[in-house]
Amino acid sequence: MSQLFKKLGWVGIAVLGAAAIGGIALNRGESINTLWFITAAVCVYAIAYRFYAAWIAASVLTLDETRATPAERFDNGRDFVPTNRWIVFGHHFAAIAGPGPLVGPTLAAQFGYLPGTLWILFGAVLGGCVQDMVTLFFSMRRDGKSLGQMARDELGSIGGAAALTATLAIMVILIAVLGLVVVNAMKHSPWATSTVAATIPIAMIVGLYMRSIRPGRVLEGSAIGVMLLLLAVVGGGWVDHNETLRGLFDHEGLPLAWAIIAYGFMAAILPVWLLLAPRDYLSTFMKLGTITLLALAIVMLRPEVKMPALTQFIDGTGPIFGGALFPFVFITIACGAISGFHALIASGTTPKLLANERDIRMIGYGGMALESFVAVMALIAATVLEPGVYFAINSPAGVVGKEAADAVARISSWGFPVTVEQMQMLARQMGEKSLFARTGGAPSLAVGMASIFGSAFGQGMLALWYHFAIMFEAVFILTTLDAGTRVGRFMLQDMLGNIWPKLGETSWMPSVLLTSGVIVAAWGYFLYIGVIDPNGGVNILWPLFGISNQMLAAIALCVATGIFVKSGKLKQAWITGLPLAWLVTITTTAAYQKIMSADVRVGFFAAANDMATKLAAGVLPPEKAAVAPQLIFNQRLDAWLTLFFVTLLWVIVLDMLRVCARHLAGKPVPPISESPHEPSRLVEDYVRD
Amino acid sequence: MLCGKLGVLWRAVRQLSGDDAYERYLKRHAKHHPDQLPSSREEFFKQWQDSKWKGVKRCC
Repeated sequence: MSQLFKKLGWVGIAVLGAAAIGGIALNRGESINTLWFITAAVCVYAIAYRFYAAWIAASVLTLDETRATPAERFDNGRDFVPTNRWIVFGHHFAAIAGPGPLVGPTLAAQFGYLPGTLWILFGAVLGGCVQDMVTLFFSMRRDGKSLGQMARDELGSIGGAAALTATLAIMVILIAVLGLVVVNAMKHSPWATSTVAATIPIAMIVGLYMRSIRPGRVLEGSAIGVMLLLLAVVGGGWVDHNETLRGLFDHEGLPLAWAIIAYGFMAAILPVWLLLAPRDYLSTFMKLGTITLLALAIVMLRPEVKMPALTQFIDGTGPIFGGALFPFVFITIACGAISGFHALIASGTTPKLLANERDIRMIGYGGMALESFVAVMALIAATVLEPGVYFAINSPAGVVGKEAADAVARISSWGFPVTVEQMQMLARQMGEKSLFARTGGAPSLAVGMASIFGSAFGQGMLALWYHFAIMFEAVFILTTLDAGTRVGRFMLQDMLGNIWPKLGETSWMPSVLLTSGVIVAAWGYFLYIGVIDPNGGVNILWPLFGISNQMLAAIALCVATGIFVKSGKLKQAWITGLPLAWLVTITTTAAYQKIMSADVRVGFFAAANDMATKLAAGVLPPEKAAVAPQLIFNQRLDAWLTLFFVTLLWVIVLDMLRVCARHLAGKPVPPISESPHEPSRLVEDYVRD
Repeated sequence: MLCGKLGVLWRAVRQLSGDDAYERYLKRHAKHHPDQLPSSREEFFKQWQDSKWKGVKRCC
């Protein structure tokens, strides 16, 4: 009887989910309630987790709960520790959830709410969740080896080198684009700039507290830090109202970019305990707290989505970034649907904490499903804004015009009415001078969050909520920037150590300065170009980031597919093979268009040649002519970089196919590097206390 | 009942943040090396923090 009820329950969830998705997809009315989105998402995740993930766990990976995990076998109390699965879930989720799923869906909302929603939901349950779960499984079966090591062992040295190069490249592009998002959020906003600046000394105070005043009291230190951060948001408001202080923090993009670059360099060479570690504690608390708050507010409030299901920009003429729905929605939303970066976490700290193999489903698959839900919320926050307002905030001045009157006329002509008064009123409410052309996604997300929080928890404090949202985004973007620069530095030191061992010493100061400088210069260059670009830079950098992140995901899926085929699971290899084929298709198509397209808003070469012709003819306005040579060089560089990424992708795909073909033909291939089976001795209640 | 649940939550928060890392270390030390003196809290925290910050820990 209870069996029957269970089955009926799942049928009910399936019907409800299908109805919600149908409602979202077919709605052509004025607006649609966000409750539909939440319902659709929860039902899709529940069904996929209950059936697809369970099937993968039981029939494809054949998880073995009696087999000892690396955490049990190498238990050393430091990195290898058998840990309760909820705690591992917390660590894993805190590690994978970054600013990516907040920015991507916000930008992709220019196509309407439907494409982004469908890709986030189905991309996650069929692609991203599977990638994370399978990578976690393979790494755990190999004593917690990294993705690069697994690629080298299972496919050969070409695969290993490709994975390493891809990781370094994606890190540089990622940091540049995130830096640009922060710069655009701080531009001419003394409130945001002073609040973000205050987070640096606050992190240092917390670091000193935990290191010297009360050693190891992490929660005490974090609580003090969170209080100070909230004070900094309020304090930013005072700065904004004080004429003299205001001037100190009111800056153009370029000086802010230099400040970020200097900060990134300092953060990479300062000891971790002073800046990076305390900043990370604070950002993790802020991140989890704010995401929970946003989920509560959306569920309590159930605002109406005002963006249409599809906009005319699916043809590729969108103001926020150029390029048609296919393939660019799949490139723009990487994190939240499928993110290659997760494979680095799933083959990093997480596999060393697993107490039992069966926890993999919840941590790998479930963790990504939750991240995907964060992306759905970001999409909701973007689409509850009036579309006219959304486009006014996110469209670069180079596309809609510098003057407010031009911009509103242009945006209204697309069928998204907005007025100058409306935008001024909104800016005043949010405590900003202007909200026109604030590209990068952070300001529009903050406006969306502020309006949701404002309606749920008190309308009177919109400006505080807005700057709280900006501070929250900036805090963890800067954490990613610090941590990424440091990881890049370690990787570079590791590579250079092969040439000259002295350079590989992580504590030898000249090498630290040199390698940190190289990494910072690499992302600093792209950040600099992004800031001087009158089209906002995000439209160039974000697709490049998407392509590189999807390429890393394709590498992880290649490794997984190769291992499946080699271990005689050819028939089940489609679970990673199909998402891989899809990623290769979209990445290759996007790269082809970015290189070859004749549309100057899509093709890098086309844009470079167009600008070069105009520069030679002398038709560019003087301020644009001054930066044109740099922009032309950069567009050409980006084209070559894209070509490099897609070549790297095909090298590893062909290498994987070569290994599979040799295996199927009975020829020798690198052997499966799985560790031998050892029975688990862990008693059930020891870990599950 | 509620108290018990809050207690579980509090312990989870402490473990997730690493607030109780020293206590866990002491327990482990007493079990595996009862003959040696454990490190002081300050010393332990230094090592713990330095080892925690190697490799890719955060994502996009």
